[in-house]
Amino acid sequence: MKKILVLLLLAVVGFYTAETFFDIGFGKAPFVKSSEIKPVKDVYLHQTVQELKVANAVTSIVVNFRGFDTLGEVTVLFLSVTALGSILYKKRHHVGERSVLFSASSIVTSGSKLLFPAIVLLGAYVFIHGHLSPGGGFQGGVIIATGFLLMLLAYENYSVSHKGLAIVESLAGITFAGVGLLGFMNGGTFLQNFLATGTLNDLFSGGIIPIIYIAVGFKVAAELTGVIYTVLNEKGEQHG
Amino acid sequence: MMAFILILILLALMIAASVYAVRQKDLLYAVIATGIISLVLSILFYLLQAPDVALTEAAIGVALTTIIFVITIRNTVRMEDESDKNKNIKSAAK
Amino acid sequence: MDSTYFQYLDYAVYGTAVLVMLIGLYAALVKKSLLKIVIGLSIVDSGLNLLIVTLGYIKGGTAPIFSPGYNGTQAMVDPIPQALVLTAIVIGFGVTAVALSLVIRLWRHHHTLYIDEIKNLKW
Repeated sequence: MKKILVLLLLAVVGFYTAETFFDIGFGKAPFVKSSEIKPVKDVYLHQTVQELKVANAVTSIVVNFRGFDTLGEVTVLFLSVTALGSILYKKRHHVGERSVLFSASSIVTSGSKLLFPAIVLLGAYVFIHGHLSPGGGFQGGVIIATGFLLMLLAYENYSVSHKGLAIVESLAGITFAGVGLLGFMNGGTFLQNFLATGTLNDLFSGGIIPIIYIAVGFKVAAELTGVIYTVLNEKGEQHG
Repeated sequence: MMAFILILILLALMIAASVYAVRQKDLLYAVIATGIISLVLSILFYLLQAPDVALTEAAIGVALTTIIFVITIRNTVRMEDESDKNKNIKSAAK
Repeated sequence: MDSTYFQYLDYAVYGTAVLVMLIGLYAALVKKSLLKIVIGLSIVDSGLNLLIVTLGYIKGGTAPIFSPGYNGTQAMVDPIPQALVLTAIVIGFGVTAVALSLVIRLWRHHHTLYIDEIKNLKW
Protein backbone atom coordinates (compact mmCIF):
# COMPACT_ATOMS: atom_id res chain seq x y z
CA MET A 1 0.00 0.00 0.00
CA LYS A 2 2.76 2.40 0.98
CA LYS A 3 4.68 1.50 -2.17
CA ILE A 4 1.72 2.32 -4.39
CA LEU A 5 1.28 5.66 -2.66
CA VAL A 6 4.97 6.48 -3.06
CA LEU A 7 4.95 5.46 -6.73
CA LEU A 8 1.91 7.67 -7.35
CA LEU A 9 3.62 10.62 -5.65
CA LEU A 10 6.82 10.08 -7.60
CA ALA A 11 4.90 9.83 -10.88
CA VAL A 12 3.30 13.23 -10.22
CA VAL A 13 6.61 14.84 -9.23
CA GLY A 14 8.40 13.29 -12.20
CA PHE A 15 5.74 14.34 -14.68
CA TYR A 16 5.82 18.00 -13.70
CA THR A 17 9.64 18.12 -13.48
CA ALA A 18 9.99 16.51 -16.90
CA GLU A 19 7.42 18.87 -18.39
CA THR A 20 9.27 21.92 -17.08
CA PHE A 21 12.57 20.82 -18.54
CA PHE A 22 10.93 19.80 -21.80
CA ASP A 23 9.80 23.42 -22.18
CA ILE A 24 13.30 24.75 -21.50
CA GLY A 25 14.81 22.62 -24.24
CA PHE A 26 18.11 20.87 -24.62
CA GLY A 27 21.24 22.54 -25.96
CA LYS A 28 19.66 25.84 -27.00
CA ALA A 29 21.11 29.26 -26.45
CA PRO A 30 19.33 31.06 -23.57
CA PHE A 31 16.23 33.00 -24.44
CA VAL A 32 16.68 36.78 -24.18
CA LYS A 33 13.77 39.21 -24.43
CA SER A 34 15.50 42.35 -25.65
CA SER A 35 18.94 43.12 -27.00
CA GLU A 36 19.72 45.46 -24.12
CA ILE A 37 19.67 42.73 -21.49
CA LYS A 38 22.60 40.37 -21.67
CA PRO A 39 22.60 36.97 -19.97
CA VAL A 40 24.85 36.74 -16.89
CA LYS A 41 27.00 34.23 -18.73
CA ASP A 42 28.11 36.74 -21.37
CA VAL A 43 29.05 39.36 -18.78
CA TYR A 44 31.05 36.84 -16.77
CA LEU A 45 32.84 35.49 -19.84
CA HIS A 46 33.68 39.02 -21.00
CA GLN A 47 35.02 40.13 -17.62
CA THR A 48 36.98 36.91 -17.17
CA VAL A 49 39.09 37.66 -20.22
CA GLN A 50 39.17 41.44 -20.16
CA GLU A 51 39.60 42.33 -16.50
CA LEU A 52 40.76 39.27 -14.59
CA LYS A 53 42.95 37.66 -17.30
CA VAL A 54 42.00 34.17 -16.16
CA ALA A 55 41.74 31.45 -18.80
CA ASN A 56 39.33 29.14 -16.95
CA ALA A 57 35.93 30.81 -16.58
CA VAL A 58 34.72 28.31 -13.94
CA THR A 59 37.66 29.25 -11.72
CA SER A 60 36.95 32.95 -12.04
CA ILE A 61 33.30 32.39 -11.09
CA VAL A 62 34.08 30.13 -8.14
CA VAL A 63 36.85 32.29 -6.70
CA ASN A 64 36.02 35.83 -7.75
CA PHE A 65 32.42 36.46 -8.77
CA ARG A 66 31.08 33.98 -6.23
CA GLY A 67 34.02 34.00 -3.86
CA PHE A 68 31.85 34.55 -0.81
CA ASP A 69 29.97 31.34 -1.67
CA THR A 70 33.26 29.48 -1.73
CA LEU A 71 34.20 30.81 1.70
CA GLY A 72 30.86 29.53 2.99
CA GLU A 73 31.37 26.20 1.31
CA VAL A 74 34.77 25.69 2.90
CA THR A 75 33.19 26.58 6.24
CA VAL A 76 30.48 23.96 5.71
CA LEU A 77 33.15 21.37 4.96
CA PHE A 78 35.00 22.34 8.15
CA LEU A 79 31.77 22.04 10.14
CA SER A 80 31.08 18.59 8.70
CA VAL A 81 34.55 17.42 9.76
CA THR A 82 33.91 18.77 13.27
CA ALA A 83 30.51 17.08 13.42
CA LEU A 84 32.01 13.78 12.25
CA GLY A 85 34.65 13.88 14.95
CA SER A 86 32.19 14.73 17.71
CA ILE A 87 29.56 12.19 16.66
CA LEU A 88 32.05 9.35 16.45
CA TYR A 89 33.80 10.30 19.69
CA LYS A 90 34.19 7.67 22.34
CA LYS A 91 36.69 7.07 25.05
CA ARG A 92 39.08 4.93 23.14
CA HIS A 93 41.37 2.53 24.92
CA HIS A 94 43.70 2.04 21.99
CA VAL A 95 44.15 5.35 20.28
CA GLY A 96 45.50 5.15 16.77
CA GLU A 97 45.10 1.42 16.48
CA ARG A 98 43.02 0.23 13.57
CA SER A 99 41.37 -3.10 13.15
CA VAL A 100 42.62 -4.84 10.04
CA LEU A 101 41.36 -8.13 8.71
CA PHE A 102 44.75 -8.98 7.21
CA SER A 103 47.80 -6.87 6.51
CA ALA A 104 48.65 -5.81 2.99
CA SER A 105 51.24 -7.74 0.99
CA SER A 106 54.66 -6.29 0.25
CA ILE A 107 53.68 -5.64 -3.38
CA VAL A 108 50.86 -3.35 -2.23
CA THR A 109 52.97 -1.54 0.35
CA SER A 110 55.97 -0.84 -1.88
CA GLY A 111 53.72 0.00 -4.83
CA SER A 112 51.79 2.56 -2.83
CA LYS A 113 55.01 4.03 -1.44
CA LEU A 114 56.06 4.51 -5.08
CA LEU A 115 52.72 6.02 -6.12
CA PHE A 116 52.16 8.35 -3.17
CA PRO A 117 54.60 11.16 -4.18
CA ALA A 118 53.29 11.06 -7.75
CA ILE A 119 49.68 11.43 -6.56
CA VAL A 120 50.55 14.37 -4.29
CA LEU A 121 52.50 15.99 -7.14
CA LEU A 122 49.50 15.59 -9.46
CA GLY A 123 47.23 17.18 -6.89
CA ALA A 124 49.58 20.12 -6.43
CA TYR A 125 49.84 20.53 -10.21
CA VAL A 126 46.06 20.53 -10.54
CA PHE A 127 45.51 23.29 -7.98
CA ILE A 128 48.46 25.46 -9.03
CA HIS A 129 47.22 25.46 -12.63
CA GLY A 130 43.60 25.94 -11.63
CA HIS A 131 43.27 29.24 -13.46
CA LEU A 132 44.73 27.93 -16.72
CA SER A 133 43.33 24.46 -17.23
CA PRO A 134 40.47 22.32 -15.86
CA GLY A 135 40.99 21.77 -12.17
CA GLY A 136 41.48 23.87 -9.12
CA GLY A 137 41.59 23.85 -5.37
CA PHE A 138 38.78 21.40 -4.77
CA GLN A 139 39.95 18.85 -7.34
CA GLY A 140 43.61 19.07 -6.31
CA GLY A 141 42.74 18.81 -2.61
CA VAL A 142 40.62 15.73 -3.21
CA ILE A 143 43.41 14.11 -5.25
CA ILE A 144 45.89 14.69 -2.39
CA ALA A 145 43.41 13.23 0.10
CA THR A 146 43.13 10.16 -2.17
CA GLY A 147 46.91 9.74 -1.92
CA PHE A 148 46.71 9.78 1.88
CA LEU A 149 43.87 7.25 1.67
CA LEU A 150 46.12 4.92 -0.33
CA MET A 151 48.85 5.14 2.30
CA LEU A 152 46.36 4.60 5.15
CA LEU A 153 44.99 1.50 3.45
CA ALA A 154 48.39 0.03 2.62
CA TYR A 155 50.15 0.56 5.97
CA GLU A 156 48.19 -0.47 9.03
CA ASN A 157 50.25 1.69 11.39
CA TYR A 158 50.50 4.74 9.16
CA SER A 159 49.13 7.71 11.05
CA VAL A 160 48.44 11.33 10.19
CA SER A 161 49.21 13.96 12.79
CA HIS A 162 46.02 15.70 13.83
CA LYS A 163 47.95 18.73 15.02
CA GLY A 164 49.62 19.08 11.61
CA LEU A 165 46.25 18.84 9.84
CA ALA A 166 44.80 21.49 12.14
CA ILE A 167 47.72 23.87 11.53
CA VAL A 168 47.61 23.46 7.74
CA GLU A 169 43.85 23.93 7.70
CA SER A 170 43.86 27.01 9.92
CA LEU A 171 46.68 28.68 7.99
CA ALA A 172 44.89 28.06 4.69
CA GLY A 173 41.64 29.44 6.09
CA ILE A 174 43.40 32.53 7.46
CA THR A 175 45.06 33.08 4.08
CA PHE A 176 41.70 32.96 2.31
CA ALA A 177 39.96 35.35 4.69
CA GLY A 178 43.01 37.61 4.99
CA VAL A 179 43.48 38.03 1.24
CA GLY A 180 39.77 38.71 0.99
CA LEU A 181 39.95 41.38 3.70
CA LEU A 182 42.98 43.03 2.07
CA GLY A 183 40.58 44.03 -0.69
CA PHE A 184 38.99 46.49 1.73
CA MET A 185 42.31 48.21 2.40
CA ASN A 186 42.61 49.14 -1.25
CA GLY A 187 39.25 50.78 -1.21
CA GLY A 188 37.34 47.94 -2.80
CA THR A 189 35.10 45.11 -1.67
CA PHE A 190 35.72 41.74 -0.14
CA LEU A 191 37.95 39.65 -2.45
CA GLN A 192 38.67 42.63 -4.69
CA ASN A 193 41.74 42.11 -6.82
CA PHE A 194 44.72 44.29 -5.81
CA LEU A 195 47.62 42.62 -7.61
CA ALA A 196 48.72 43.04 -11.20
CA THR A 197 46.73 40.73 -13.45
CA GLY A 198 49.50 39.95 -15.97
CA THR A 199 48.81 38.42 -19.36
CA LEU A 200 46.30 35.77 -20.29
CA ASN A 201 47.50 32.14 -20.18
CA ASP A 202 50.55 32.98 -18.09
CA LEU A 203 51.26 31.02 -14.91
CA PHE A 204 51.55 34.27 -12.91
CA SER A 205 48.31 35.85 -14.00
CA GLY A 206 44.92 36.54 -12.55
CA GLY A 207 46.00 38.56 -9.50
CA ILE A 208 44.81 36.99 -6.24
CA ILE A 209 42.91 34.08 -7.83
CA PRO A 210 45.82 31.55 -7.84
CA ILE A 211 46.71 32.46 -4.23
CA ILE A 212 43.17 31.83 -3.03
CA TYR A 213 42.82 28.61 -4.99
CA ILE A 214 46.08 27.27 -3.55
CA ALA A 215 44.79 28.07 -0.04
CA VAL A 216 41.51 26.28 -0.85
CA GLY A 217 43.50 23.28 -2.11
CA PHE A 218 45.46 22.94 1.13
CA LYS A 219 42.30 23.41 3.21
CA VAL A 220 40.26 20.82 1.31
CA ALA A 221 43.14 18.32 1.37
CA ALA A 222 43.54 18.68 5.15
CA GLU A 223 39.80 18.43 5.81
CA LEU A 224 39.16 15.37 3.65
CA THR A 225 42.22 13.59 5.03
CA GLY A 226 40.79 14.27 8.48
CA VAL A 227 37.43 12.75 7.48
CA ILE A 228 39.04 9.59 6.12
CA TYR A 229 41.36 9.22 9.10
CA THR A 230 38.53 9.63 11.61
CA VAL A 231 36.28 7.11 9.89
CA LEU A 232 39.09 4.58 9.34
CA ASN A 233 39.96 4.69 13.02
CA GLU A 234 36.37 3.91 13.94
CA LYS A 235 36.41 0.44 15.43
CA GLY A 236 33.11 -1.32 15.69
CA GLU A 237 32.48 -4.38 17.81
CA GLN A 238 34.20 -6.72 15.43
CA HIS A 239 33.12 -10.17 14.50
CA GLY A 240 35.91 -11.15 12.16
CA MET B 1 26.69 10.58 -34.31
CA MET B 2 29.16 8.35 -32.48
CA ALA B 3 29.11 10.66 -29.48
CA PHE B 4 25.32 10.55 -29.49
CA ILE B 5 25.23 6.74 -29.43
CA LEU B 6 27.87 6.76 -26.68
CA ILE B 7 25.73 9.13 -24.62
CA LEU B 8 22.68 6.87 -25.05
CA ILE B 9 24.66 3.80 -23.93
CA LEU B 10 26.01 5.69 -20.91
CA LEU B 11 22.53 6.88 -19.92
CA ALA B 12 21.18 3.32 -20.12
CA LEU B 13 24.10 2.12 -18.00
CA MET B 14 23.38 4.82 -15.43
CA ILE B 15 19.71 3.86 -15.08
CA ALA B 16 20.59 0.17 -14.89
CA ALA B 17 23.20 0.81 -12.18
CA SER B 18 20.80 2.90 -10.09
CA VAL B 19 18.05 0.27 -10.31
CA TYR B 20 20.58 -2.40 -9.33
CA ALA B 21 21.79 -0.29 -6.40
CA VAL B 22 18.25 0.08 -5.08
CA ARG B 23 17.16 -3.53 -5.55
CA GLN B 24 20.31 -5.36 -4.39
CA LYS B 25 20.08 -6.88 -0.91
CA ASP B 26 23.85 -7.11 -0.41
CA LEU B 27 24.83 -3.55 0.52
CA LEU B 28 28.45 -3.96 -0.63
CA TYR B 29 27.29 -4.65 -4.20
CA ALA B 30 24.88 -1.71 -3.98
CA VAL B 31 27.72 0.62 -2.96
CA ILE B 32 29.86 -0.54 -5.89
CA ALA B 33 26.88 0.19 -8.15
CA THR B 34 26.72 3.76 -6.82
CA GLY B 35 30.43 4.02 -7.66
CA ILE B 36 29.59 2.97 -11.23
CA ILE B 37 26.90 5.68 -11.35
CA SER B 38 29.49 8.28 -10.37
CA LEU B 39 31.98 7.00 -12.96
CA VAL B 40 29.39 7.16 -15.77
CA LEU B 41 28.33 10.59 -14.53
CA SER B 42 31.89 11.84 -14.75
CA ILE B 43 32.20 10.67 -18.39
CA LEU B 44 28.85 12.36 -19.14
CA PHE B 45 30.09 15.62 -17.59
CA TYR B 46 33.12 15.45 -19.85
CA LEU B 47 30.93 14.90 -22.93
CA LEU B 48 28.70 17.81 -21.83
CA GLN B 49 31.78 20.10 -21.91
CA ALA B 50 32.26 20.42 -18.16
CA PRO B 51 35.81 19.14 -17.49
CA ASP B 52 36.10 20.81 -14.06
CA VAL B 53 33.01 19.05 -12.77
CA ALA B 54 34.15 15.77 -14.34
CA LEU B 55 37.44 15.91 -12.39
CA THR B 56 35.65 16.61 -9.12
CA GLU B 57 33.07 13.89 -9.62
CA ALA B 58 35.72 11.33 -10.59
CA ALA B 59 37.77 12.05 -7.47
CA ILE B 60 34.97 12.44 -4.92
CA GLY B 61 32.19 10.20 -6.21
CA VAL B 62 34.28 7.25 -7.29
CA ALA B 63 37.01 7.21 -4.66
CA LEU B 64 36.03 8.95 -1.43
CA THR B 65 32.26 8.29 -1.23
CA THR B 66 32.72 4.61 -2.09
CA ILE B 67 35.46 4.10 0.48
CA ILE B 68 33.51 5.84 3.23
CA PHE B 69 30.45 3.65 2.51
CA VAL B 70 32.63 0.52 2.52
CA ILE B 71 34.13 1.43 5.90
CA THR B 72 30.64 2.00 7.31
CA ILE B 73 29.46 -1.37 6.01
CA ARG B 74 32.47 -3.06 7.58
CA ASN B 75 31.65 -1.44 10.88
CA THR B 76 27.93 -2.23 10.82
CA VAL B 77 26.13 -4.86 8.79
CA ARG B 78 26.49 -6.17 5.27
CA MET B 79 23.10 -7.55 4.27
CA GLU B 80 20.09 -5.29 4.03
CA ASP B 81 17.50 -7.46 5.79
CA GLU B 82 19.74 -9.02 8.41
CA SER B 83 18.25 -6.82 11.10
CA ASP B 84 14.79 -7.74 9.87
CA LYS B 85 15.63 -11.42 10.35
CA ASN B 86 16.91 -10.66 13.84
CA LYS B 87 13.59 -9.14 14.66
CA ASN B 88 11.75 -12.24 13.45
CA ILE B 89 13.94 -14.46 15.60
CA LYS B 90 13.38 -12.19 18.58
CA SER B 91 9.62 -12.15 18.12
CA ALA B 92 9.57 -15.95 17.71
CA ALA B 93 11.48 -16.36 20.95
CA LYS B 94 9.03 -14.26 22.86
CA MET C 1 21.52 15.77 -35.36
CA ASP C 2 20.07 17.63 -38.32
CA SER C 3 16.97 15.56 -39.01
CA THR C 4 13.86 16.06 -36.91
CA TYR C 5 13.64 12.30 -36.43
CA PHE C 6 16.09 12.45 -33.54
CA GLN C 7 14.54 15.53 -32.01
CA TYR C 8 12.96 13.80 -29.06
CA LEU C 9 16.00 11.68 -28.37
CA ASP C 10 17.78 14.91 -27.44
CA TYR C 11 15.72 14.98 -24.29
CA ALA C 12 17.14 11.62 -23.20
CA VAL C 13 19.64 13.30 -20.90
CA TYR C 14 16.93 15.23 -19.06
CA GLY C 15 14.77 12.11 -18.88
CA THR C 16 17.57 10.04 -17.43
CA ALA C 17 18.48 12.66 -14.85
CA VAL C 18 14.86 12.92 -13.65
CA LEU C 19 14.49 9.13 -13.67
CA VAL C 20 17.64 8.59 -11.61
CA MET C 21 16.43 11.22 -9.15
CA LEU C 22 13.08 9.46 -8.81
CA ILE C 23 14.73 6.05 -8.32
CA GLY C 24 16.85 7.49 -5.52
CA LEU C 25 13.80 9.14 -3.90
CA TYR C 26 11.93 5.83 -4.09
CA ALA C 27 14.75 4.11 -2.22
CA ALA C 28 14.84 6.86 0.40
CA LEU C 29 11.07 6.66 0.97
CA VAL C 30 10.37 2.93 0.82
CA LYS C 31 13.44 1.09 2.09
CA LYS C 32 13.70 0.15 5.75
CA SER C 33 17.46 -0.09 6.10
CA LEU C 34 19.23 3.12 7.13
CA LEU C 35 22.21 2.45 4.86
CA LYS C 36 19.89 1.92 1.90
CA ILE C 37 18.30 5.30 2.64
CA VAL C 38 21.71 7.01 2.59
CA ILE C 39 22.54 5.25 -0.69
CA GLY C 40 19.25 6.51 -2.12
CA LEU C 41 20.04 10.08 -1.08
CA SER C 42 23.44 9.92 -2.77
CA ILE C 43 21.75 8.66 -5.97
CA VAL C 44 19.39 11.67 -5.83
CA ASP C 45 22.48 13.87 -5.56
CA SER C 46 23.96 12.36 -8.74
CA GLY C 47 20.77 12.84 -10.74
CA LEU C 48 20.38 16.43 -9.60
CA ASN C 49 23.96 17.31 -10.55
CA LEU C 50 23.46 15.88 -14.05
CA LEU C 51 20.22 17.88 -14.41
CA ILE C 52 21.88 21.19 -13.49
CA VAL C 53 24.93 20.71 -15.74
CA THR C 54 22.69 19.72 -18.66
CA LEU C 55 20.79 23.01 -18.28
CA GLY C 56 23.89 24.98 -19.28
CA TYR C 57 24.81 22.89 -22.30
CA ILE C 58 24.76 24.48 -25.74
CA LYS C 59 24.97 22.41 -28.91
CA GLY C 60 28.35 22.80 -30.59
CA GLY C 61 29.72 24.78 -27.67
CA THR C 62 33.15 24.31 -26.12
CA ALA C 63 34.24 24.14 -22.51
CA PRO C 64 34.49 27.62 -20.93
CA ILE C 65 38.29 27.80 -21.00
CA PHE C 66 40.17 30.43 -23.01
CA SER C 67 43.16 28.25 -23.84
CA PRO C 68 45.59 29.37 -26.58
CA GLY C 69 43.85 27.13 -29.14
CA TYR C 70 40.50 28.90 -28.79
CA ASN C 71 39.56 30.74 -31.99
CA GLY C 72 37.42 33.39 -30.33
CA THR C 73 34.21 32.81 -32.26
CA GLN C 74 32.82 29.48 -31.09
CA ALA C 75 30.00 29.60 -28.56
CA MET C 76 30.80 28.61 -24.99
CA VAL C 77 28.85 26.43 -22.60
CA ASP C 78 27.31 28.29 -19.65
CA PRO C 79 29.92 28.21 -16.83
CA ILE C 80 27.60 29.22 -13.96
CA PRO C 81 25.82 25.84 -13.50
CA GLN C 82 29.21 24.17 -13.61
CA ALA C 83 30.49 26.36 -10.79
CA LEU C 84 27.36 25.64 -8.75
CA VAL C 85 27.64 21.89 -9.29
CA LEU C 86 31.32 22.01 -8.33
CA THR C 87 30.21 23.38 -4.98
CA ALA C 88 27.33 20.93 -4.68
CA ILE C 89 29.46 17.83 -5.17
CA VAL C 90 31.90 18.76 -2.40
CA ILE C 91 29.06 19.67 -0.02
CA GLY C 92 27.31 16.40 -0.93
CA PHE C 93 30.35 14.48 0.22
CA GLY C 94 30.27 16.30 3.56
CA VAL C 95 26.57 15.52 3.97
CA THR C 96 27.12 11.84 3.17
CA ALA C 97 29.98 11.62 5.65
CA VAL C 98 27.91 13.11 8.48
CA ALA C 99 24.93 10.86 7.64
CA LEU C 100 27.14 7.77 7.70
CA SER C 101 28.66 8.79 11.02
CA LEU C 102 25.14 9.04 12.45
CA VAL C 103 24.43 5.56 11.06
CA ILE C 104 27.54 4.19 12.80
CA ARG C 105 26.52 5.86 16.04
CA LEU C 106 23.00 4.39 15.85
CA TRP C 107 24.43 0.94 15.17
CA ARG C 108 26.70 1.25 18.19
CA HIS C 109 23.71 2.02 20.36
CA HIS C 110 20.90 -0.14 18.99
CA HIS C 111 22.71 -2.92 17.09
CA THR C 112 20.24 -2.68 14.27
CA LEU C 113 19.76 -0.53 11.19
CA TYR C 114 16.14 -1.53 10.67
CA ILE C 115 14.28 1.74 11.20
CA ASP C 116 11.13 0.17 12.68
CA GLU C 117 13.25 -1.19 15.51
CA ILE C 118 14.73 2.19 16.41
CA LYS C 119 11.74 3.66 18.21
CA ASN C 120 12.96 5.29 21.38
CA LEU C 121 14.13 8.81 20.72
CA LYS C 122 16.31 9.00 23.81
CA TRP C 123 19.87 7.81 23.34
